[in-house]
Amino acid sequence: MMMYLKVFAVGGLICAAGQLLLIYTRLGSAKILVLFVTLGVFLSALGLYQPLVDFAGAGATVPLPGFGHLLAKGALEAVREDGLAGALTGGTAAAAGGIAAAIALGYAVALLFTPKTKE
Amino acid sequence: MNYGKTSKHASYDERVKRLSPKSEKPMSLLKAFAVGGGICLLGQLIRDAGLVLELEEDAAALLSTFSLVFLSALLTGLGVYDKLGRFAGAGSIVPITGFANSMVSPAMEFKREGYITGVGAKMFVIAGPVLVYGISSSVLVGLIYFFLRIAFKG
Repeated sequence: MMMYLKVFAVGGLICAAGQLLLIYTRLGSAKILVLFVTLGVFLSALGLYQPLVDFAGAGATVPLPGFGHLLAKGALEAVREDGLAGALTGGTAAAAGGIAAAIALGYAVALLFTPKTKE
Repeated sequence: MNYGKTSKHASYDERVKRLSPKSEKPMSLLKAFAVGGGICLLGQLIRDAGLVLELEEDAAALLSTFSLVFLSALLTGLGVYDKLGRFAGAGSIVPITGFANSMVSPAMEFKREGYITGVGAKMFVIAGPVLVYGISSSVLVGLIYFFLRIAFKG
């Protein structure tokens, strides 16, 4: 039960940080998402993001920095296993499931639905 | 949400600014916190359900991601996720569900421009940059790690 509280709190805080950027800076949602993913990659590479994942589970993996963490973790693991080639393949391979799901499901939904009329 | 809209319509960012009045800033933080936290909680619940069903750790994580992406794509198709977005701001943008929404929303919107240059291309208005910077950073990190390992072995 305690775990779910941590998931909610950490995930919520990361999103609230995004909201802070959204309302107090000129960054739009695209730039915030790019910033968060890139931040996730580098924090993870420095070993700083895994502790947050251990602490808060999906609270750290579901927000976009978690996507970055997945990419970096994959790259580092693949370098240990495959050397130089791993640097190239590791990140994308680790994130492939999520990327392919978003592309395939996104495409299917775009085919099946038309946008609702504007407010 | 109108990612990739051109000058004729208010851009997504302008709409977000317009729809979040200044006096409601603290409130918008709270909403982003609650909705973002809730989406993460849902992800954790699905992952834990996967573990109960005796999935491997990795498979449970993938099930969770897949379910969230599926839900988000479907709700975007039904026009529900955009309503959530108006309420929750970054709370619906920052989670992986927002990433899926950023693909489906413009893909639907630009269907009239065809399936290649409309749907196919506009899916990546926001997802494209995210993948470019995310994947490039991971390659950079992998390369640095590779050479550091050589340096410290030798």
